[in-house]
Amino acid sequence: MRRSSATHRGGEGPLAPLGRASLWAFAALAVASVLAILGFLAAFSLPIFSDGRLSRVLAWTWQPLQGEFGVLPMMTGTLLLATSAVALALPMGVGVCGFAHGVGPRSLGRLVRGIVQFMTGIPTVVYGFVSVFLLVPLVRATFGSTSGYCWLSAALTLAFLTLPTVVIVLDGHLRHLDSALRLGAAALGLNPAQQFAWVFLPASSRGLLAAALLAFGRAVGDTLVSLMVAGNAPLVPSSPLAPLRTLTAHIGLVLAADVHSTAYHSLFLSGVLLFGVTALVSLGVRWVAAAQEEGEAPR
Amino acid sequence: MRKGRTALLVVLATIPLAVGPGSPTAAGELDRFRGLTGTINIAGGTAHVPVMTEAARRIMTAYPSIRIAVAAGGTGVGVQKVGEGLVDIGNSGRALTAEEVARYGLVSVPLALDGVAPIAHPKNPVTGLTTAEIRGIFAGTIANWDEVGGGSSPIHRYTRDEASGTREVFWKGILGEGPVTSAANVVASNGAMKSAVARNEQAVGYISIGLVDDTVKPLRVDGVAPTQENARNGTYPVVRTLYANTRGAPSGLAKAFLDYLGGPEGAQIIRQSGYLPLR
Repeated sequence: MRRSSATHRGGEGPLAPLGRASLWAFAALAVASVLAILGFLAAFSLPIFSDGRLSRVLAWTWQPLQGEFGVLPMMTGTLLLATSAVALALPMGVGVCGFAHGVGPRSLGRLVRGIVQFMTGIPTVVYGFVSVFLLVPLVRATFGSTSGYCWLSAALTLAFLTLPTVVIVLDGHLRHLDSALRLGAAALGLNPAQQFAWVFLPASSRGLLAAALLAFGRAVGDTLVSLMVAGNAPLVPSSPLAPLRTLTAHIGLVLAADVHSTAYHSLFLSGVLLFGVTALVSLGVRWVAAAQEEGEAPR
Repeated sequence: MRKGRTALLVVLATIPLAVGPGSPTAAGELDRFRGLTGTINIAGGTAHVPVMTEAARRIMTAYPSIRIAVAAGGTGVGVQKVGEGLVDIGNSGRALTAEEVARYGLVSVPLALDGVAPIAHPKNPVTGLTTAEIRGIFAGTIANWDEVGGGSSPIHRYTRDEASGTREVFWKGILGEGPVTSAANVVASNGAMKSAVARNEQAVGYISIGLVDDTVKPLRVDGVAPTQENARNGTYPVVRTLYANTRGAPSGLAKAFLDYLGGPEGAQIIRQSGYLPLR
């Protein structure tokens, strides 16, 4: 080890070209697999575009036994569920970050942050399972008119699932705030809560946006929670207490259908739609990051 | 666990009538595997899994040189995989379509009879429904339990996804291929159906008779209880046959395996798993 580091100090070691080649190879592999996924999705959903079934798939009714293969309710379900989950997770995340950045006692703040970060390691199925056994009966008992497997239950579960994403991203931005900002805010005589609400949070508004986008992407991509908790009725929900079906859960449910059916092909279109949403989110995050670098650059 | 134990009790109780204790050492039927080695890969219908796993366990205990891998995946996956030659035996919870037979050259072996029963929560006072009532409930025209003799509370309907063999049998056998309201909750497996209904006093759903236990209450259909006995003697008509499929006629290990399942010990495993043997 020591010898190799000594050679490194003088320049590149003998293994450097190999290392660089393998980095190139891994980078190429990552890019190629994403392109391959897009290619496969496009190729498999092509039959739908080519023989005029598109209008039947981009419709509002999913009744495959009656020949109706509309996936738009699932698209709507995905967007509604992800949006509502992020709308719940954002205030919670801001609260946790505020608590950890001055509002609460330092040691307790660190503990809270640690617990939230630990939540990233909990498998999704655990969230789903706990919801099925605790949250769903609670929602049913509280509201009566619902089976408990509904938009509200799924949104609450997903909010907890996406909370760590919000906290980690926002926390990262808060940590990197200019220390002059902290001193200035303190010198103005603001108390910790005021500092956080009026100085730190506005200063990391881009972080908040990035956190929301990433959490949205996470919520859109989740399959298991919506499959286990949202009720999966292929309808646009009429209220938060009605069931909904997301695109991901839809793919999971229909995947075992006959390979040559329109139902099966419509899954690839669902995949394309999901891919599109995720790509947009990812572009949004890049845009936020780029705008931020620009703002931080010395003028 | 509880179901396993009752099943075991049933087995023990029937020993004097049946072929003898189910332990692999005592049964001469495993002799057909003597001298055979290799691997059997099995995939497909989830209803088959308990039967296949138990048979595999007994065979592998007696002949460790034979490896049998049992995977689930569902009827669609089973047909696909055996057709493409990825597994030796692909299970299906329905008869193969003519197209599937023609495309892949598949051969079906009927294994067992399985019924599908409408179920409700054990605390629900309703003990039975007419076919018309069940159709009304699933179509969405009957929305409250008090319309069918229960307490006054909304009915929570649970159904299965379109690829489910259980759903197909229920849809054809009881619903008469009638509509199922889109507002029904959709669950992804027999197990998920059972746990959903077991935890909801207003629920109605349907599962394989073999999986009914005391966490859910099977509902009489037009006065007929959905039991194994009634399914066997034909008074309960909502039944299906579970098949094992091979590409071309079964041979070698796969043939020995299917012959074993068709024999008396196989019948005992099938009965123990909650289904009805055919032979």
